[in-house]
Amino acid sequence: MEVEDRIKDHVENNKVILFMKGTPQMPMCGFSSRTSAALKECEREFAYVNVIQDSEVRERLPAYSDWPTFPQLFIDGELVGGCDIVMEMHESGDLKRMVQAAVPA
Amino acid sequence: MTVQQIITDKLAQNLAPHHLSVENESHMHNVPAGSESHFRVVVVSEQFDKLALIARHRAVNKVLADELAGPVHALALHTYTATEWSARGEQANVSPDCHGGSGR
Repeated sequence: MEVEDRIKDHVENNKVILFMKGTPQMPMCGFSSRTSAALKECEREFAYVNVIQDSEVRERLPAYSDWPTFPQLFIDGELVGGCDIVMEMHESGDLKRMVQAAVPA
Repeated sequence: MTVQQIITDKLAQNLAPHHLSVENESHMHNVPAGSESHFRVVVVSEQFDKLALIARHRAVNKVLADELAGPVHALALHTYTATEWSARGEQANVSPDCHGGSGR
């Protein structure tokens, strides 16, 4: 499958998906670490792609999403943003509301 | 001119900031000494009024597209209107520690 199709597949088939460096268990970047920790506190399962292991996705996602850096969080097929946006939404409670609306209990 | 100066100049010219700070945080990351790869930017501008966070960040990313396609690897971004900035006590969140990164 072409990398663009794989990206589309990930984003369309997962309600909440984080493209990050490393994994939620072993993040390889402080920004990815902070973002996945905030997502864990939303009490719902989320998918992730480790872009250090998938260099094609790492290369092509920024053009697909028009977003230059990692991590990148998608909810319901839409880019929510990177670490700073996710943290501000986490502090305000919007992140949990959005995740729980996308993935009902 | 340093990357830090270029970023500062471009943001000052394009976003009419009420407050602007550009910090080189590369020393906190897994890159050679003297690198200009990781920055933390705080921009307070009335141009952000009524814009969602993602639109504010996209506006900054657009101004710095050349730098982000080149030497700049990470950009911690904090965007506020003057009202939001004073409500926060003129403080933005601090950046996280590095976790090793990808060695880029």
